[in-house]
Amino acid sequence: MNATRKWPWSNLYLIAVFAVMYAPIFYLTFYSFNSGGTMHGYEGFTLDWYKEVFADTRLLIIVLNTLVIALLSGLLSTVLGIVGALAIYEVRRRRNKNTLLSFNNVLIVSPDVIIGASFLILFTMIGIRLGFFSVLLSHIAFSVPIVVLMVLPKLQEMSPTLIDAARDLGASRWQVLTGVVLPFIRPGIFAGFFMALTYSLDDFAVTFFVTGNGFSTLSVEIYSRARQGISLSINALSTLIFLFTILLVTGYYFITRRSGARAGSASRGGVMAGAGEGESR
Amino acid sequence: MAVRNRNFFLVPYVLWILLFVAAPIALTLYKSFFDVDGAFTLDNYVRFFTPVYLKMTLSSFWYAFLITLFSLLIAYPAAWLLTRTKHKQLWLLLIILPTWINLLLKVYAFLGIFGTYGAVNRSLEWLGIGAQQILFTDFSFVFVSVYIFIPFMILPIFNSLEELNPSLVFAARDLGASPWTTFRRVVFPLTLDGVKAGCQAVFIPALSLFMITRLVAGNRVITLGTAIEQHFLVTQDWGMGSTIAVFLIIVMVLIMFAAGKREVRR
Repeated sequence: MNATRKWPWSNLYLIAVFAVMYAPIFYLTFYSFNSGGTMHGYEGFTLDWYKEVFADTRLLIIVLNTLVIALLSGLLSTVLGIVGALAIYEVRRRRNKNTLLSFNNVLIVSPDVIIGASFLILFTMIGIRLGFFSVLLSHIAFSVPIVVLMVLPKLQEMSPTLIDAARDLGASRWQVLTGVVLPFIRPGIFAGFFMALTYSLDDFAVTFFVTGNGFSTLSVEIYSRARQGISLSINALSTLIFLFTILLVTGYYFITRRSGARAGSASRGGVMAGAGEGESR
Repeated sequence: MAVRNRNFFLVPYVLWILLFVAAPIALTLYKSFFDVDGAFTLDNYVRFFTPVYLKMTLSSFWYAFLITLFSLLIAYPAAWLLTRTKHKQLWLLLIILPTWINLLLKVYAFLGIFGTYGAVNRSLEWLGIGAQQILFTDFSFVFVSVYIFIPFMILPIFNSLEELNPSLVFAARDLGASPWTTFRRVVFPLTLDGVKAGCQAVFIPALSLFMITRLVAGNRVITLGTAIEQHFLVTQDWGMGSTIAVFLIIVMVLIMFAAGKREVRR
């Protein structure tokens, strides 16, 4: 191809895009070691900001809260999501199936502000006190459809003869589910759990609406600190979060690579695009 | 057979849909008919069509349009170049990696970069242009939003470019079409689905993000999202907030409908 001759120039564009994508993250990291106390004028190397983060008990409790919410909502929404995917899978009428899928996708395409505001109305009207429980419920609610979208394609890949064979051999409904279906869709379940986890860890807007006064997650805390201006302990914190994220993503990447999943499909953009496509099928 | 027809899973799942999908939307619609004191009124809708709110809606759409346009202009060539690289799945993963990092942290980084003494102003001074007020302007809002949304635009376009049969491009070139004509008449129309999916994934959130405007645009830029947040959490006027939310839901449904139409033609 003659395109190879022009390679360096087009490469430059891609490199520029990559540079811009990563610049803010490295900028934050770089200044987290600045003894000057501002995000300009590097004075000298220090680990003080990291010490400050680890000495801040309030912050550590918030980190713990965030992790507990993420794990709990991840687990519960995975269970509910599997149930949802099985429900949609077993619906025979095409129209009903599509209706269910559309309802499923509402929470994925809805902007966070809408989800947050409408959940705030819901919780105050049915009398759930704002705090840990309301945040957990809303995280489960917006993670379920993602899990469904991750599990459903796996179910559709599964040959129905597998189930028929299991039933012919005398397996009960429960045995078919645990012995045949669940092992087959495990990669989808895993991807769904991972996505639910990252959505929960990343969410700000919905949590911000339903969190009330006493309870806070990391995103909400970062927001309220960032609104007060620059403090390099946020930089230190973000470096730690960045490292944690990379660890999580690479771990996930290597685990799923074995099952041959496409890298892009299990990402936020992938879910969005999937919701748009699923709508019509 | 009789056992198979009973769909046990449907009950909990439909309950979930009723409680967390249908009920919140219905309640938002319901709330939009009440004023601050809890009396039934259509006033919120009347207020929504006053110049103040219409102007805000219009500017919110204008910003969302700009953000979508710039994201598309940057993302399309990037996605195309990505499909040409050797380890494309790895590069794609790398370009998507920043989406996993908390959005607020990325926005916060720009507080430093765009600040009065930040990296950008330093470079401008060095170039002899002199420091500018970048933070708390429309520019910083659009720039940061585009930055946030680029991966969401790249991914669906990348996927549709991957699905494109390369022999179609070769055929067009063999038949004498210029690279530009090939792109305009063959490549772009065939990847339109990806473009639409990307625009949908960018435009709707761009209408409603409030944290970016709050952090880097000061109070200069007010989007529909900022207004909803303001009404719910600051002025406590849930009725008006719900009215704007109802409007946003209608817009969202319209956009999804417009983007979903493509399947009818297939």
